[in-house]
Amino acid sequence: MELDDLIGQTGEWLKGSGPDSNIVMSTRLRLARNLMKIPFPNRINKRHLDDVIQQVQKAAGQISHFQNTTFFRISNLDTIDKEFLIERHLMSHEHASETEGKGLLVSTEEVLSVMVNEEDHLRIQVMNSGLNLFEAWRIINSIDTALSEKLDFAFSPKWGYLTACPTNTGTAMRGSVMLHLPALVMTKQINKVLSAIAKLNFASRGFYGEGTEAIGNFYQISNQVSLGHSEEEILENINGLIRQVIEQEEQARQALVVQNKPLLEDKIYRSLGLLRTARIISSQETVELLSMVRLGVDLEVLNTVQREVLNQLLIMIQPAHLQKIEGRRLSAADRDIKRANLIRQKLGGDTNV
Amino acid sequence: MKCEICGKKKATVHLTELIDGQASELHICEDCAREKSLQMEQQFGLADLLAGLSDFGKPMTEKPQQPARVLQCSNCQMTYDEFKKHGRLGCSECYDAFDRPLGVLLKKIHGASKHVGKIPSGGLPASPKPEESASSGTDSLQELKEQLQQAVLCEDYERAALLRDQIRSIEQQG
Repeated sequence: MELDDLIGQTGEWLKGSGPDSNIVMSTRLRLARNLMKIPFPNRINKRHLDDVIQQVQKAAGQISHFQNTTFFRISNLDTIDKEFLIERHLMSHEHASETEGKGLLVSTEEVLSVMVNEEDHLRIQVMNSGLNLFEAWRIINSIDTALSEKLDFAFSPKWGYLTACPTNTGTAMRGSVMLHLPALVMTKQINKVLSAIAKLNFASRGFYGEGTEAIGNFYQISNQVSLGHSEEEILENINGLIRQVIEQEEQARQALVVQNKPLLEDKIYRSLGLLRTARIISSQETVELLSMVRLGVDLEVLNTVQREVLNQLLIMIQPAHLQKIEGRRLSAADRDIKRANLIRQKLGGDTNV
Repeated sequence: MKCEICGKKKATVHLTELIDGQASELHICEDCAREKSLQMEQQFGLADLLAGLSDFGKPMTEKPQQPARVLQCSNCQMTYDEFKKHGRLGCSECYDAFDRPLGVLLKKIHGASKHVGKIPSGGLPASPKPEESASSGTDSLQELKEQLQQAVLCEDYERAALLRDQIRSIEQQG
């Protein structure tokens, strides 16, 4: 697989299918693993970094789960390619800075990715569509077991999997669920919900990951605690919490429909109208409008738009994606024009440029 | 607000002491809090709490006038002070080297200090183990060993003893 092969395809996690996909966009599980005794990436020298990459590549080469994966050396990628992988949620910002001795394994369907030598030697990630924590666990668990037969993972019976940061010690598992919560935002209940989530030791952040604000009503919720509970318990806890948030959002949606359906429909149709006709549009405005259109699809106000197309657009309207599609660098002003073109094309708008 | 003990630094630690059922409030600076926590260690279980407020995971048995023992990992040479500065450990062996303060810290972060989740399947680096997957006998031995590890982790020592005997008898037969 070449990196450019990904441009035209929709990752598995963006299919807009799976349980509760009207509110839950996607599920992601991540396991951190380190090799025994080899210094963690923050304290390692070049020789050791290469040694880790070689060990991981060799192990992956012997495991069937990795048959359809491609390995990239981050130092061989240019800035746009690195941004492109971040925008697709296949690697972190941290992994793209200080690229020496870092690698990335990506499966063709973008379900599995492994960052090599990020904060830990291995960061294994599995993403799927909808609320699908247990299916993601089934996949990542079997990949992890297969890897542990080839690699000597740092583990202590007392503290579990040993990670560079003590906030990950134990199961070293982080589960995060991406939710679309427009009605909770519109009915001004979102802060109440988010602060309850924080009290229960879960983290919430925006769509574009760590340190980003929530735009367009997209929120990522993940567990903070990784020690003292089994993986299954942690997943049950996340699942239970997410179910409650889904219920709250559904009630808020019903309330909006009951209170003022014409106003809600007006907002939805105006948003679609803007997206289908705009000539210049920022990513912030796009995401906000896409959120309204998505709500329209969920409430069956709009029947002509596919959820998968909306998910695709959330990814494709980002700067590096626009530049990969055009095959050249674009200024911010140019990007706003290209973005508007792409959206009109995808949403069946007026395509005269 | 100034520290009520030294009267110099800013009070950043706020304590409520219960003496003979009488509550009294105390507002003190970090340095005095550390001193006070040492004094209080014998009487109260509060020492860890105070330590956490002022200086996470610092071993509380050290007397301040003694030169502090430097905790250092023999594998990657990271010191505990370096870890505190960066918040990242240097290698898997740091966990042994910093065992005690880390235990306190992990408890604070996760509310628990004992792993109860998955255990790796006991693989060794880059050497496939055909002899294990070949015979079902050793498979079950491996399983028993895993169960033993689980039992020990769960502090189920009766079951652990049973499993240990079972493993011994299989190994002697083999």
